[in-house]
Amino acid sequence: MNKHILKIEESALIIMQKHLENTWPDEGCGFFFGKDGAVRTVTAAYFVQNVKEGDKRRRFEISGLDYIKAEQYALEHQLDLLGVFHSHPNHPALPSEHDLKQAVSFFSYIIVSVYDGLKKELTSWRLNEERKVFEQEQVVFVEVPI
Amino acid sequence: MSKVIIPTPLRKFTAQTATVETSGATVAEAVQDLTDQYPDLRKHLLDDTGKVRSFIRIFVGDEDILALNREETVVENDTVISIVPAIAGG
Ligand SMILES: [Zn+2]
Repeated sequence: MNKHILKIEESALIIMQKHLENTWPDEGCGFFFGKDGAVRTVTAAYFVQNVKEGDKRRRFEISGLDYIKAEQYALEHQLDLLGVFHSHPNHPALPSEHDLKQAVSFFSYIIVSVYDGLKKELTSWRLNEERKVFEQEQVVFVEVPI
Repeated sequence: MSKVIIPTPLRKFTAQTATVETSGATVAEAVQDLTDQYPDLRKHLLDDTGKVRSFIRIFVGDEDILALNREETVVENDTVISIVPAIAGG
């Protein structure tokens, strides 16, 4: 099977990267938006608070209200809510057991490894609902001329 | 009547419809009407005993129904009900 392709526009990448570097050594998180299709294109992103009580260095959680706002943002801007991004501080950009357990179908899950406050690797994953496994997406970065 | 916002991951069960008008005076009745309209949605919202699944939360306006009267929370004509998947990880 061919890999899903996720195109990420530079402006959205910068928003995700800056936030995840700033929240290091805690995990940061947020939503991204764009157009779904044979190829998904991410054109917008914003971060939200990691409301996990306890170990924010190893866990993240997004509030229900922030989720509702993300769906509203998508409807208002006529975009698709494509998925969730989060960081792995000082850990590789591979999905954890907890990521898999909590994963929702349809969404792309972008994971960014951040070592000592600097982005190292960005990967993206989509849940295969039948097999209960993550499939890695092919990530393509696109520069948008101003 | 109340309006239910379907989360993006569940729209494949509502023919890509984002908002559904439902009848009923409580959240439970609205969910019942919703799953009557879109039967494929049922098993993604409710477990075998008819309870809301543990990874799904339901909000009435800005409030989690767990902080209100749960499934018996009363809804009015202009009430917005949101179905919210729990988003978390490690
Ligand atoms: Zn993770």
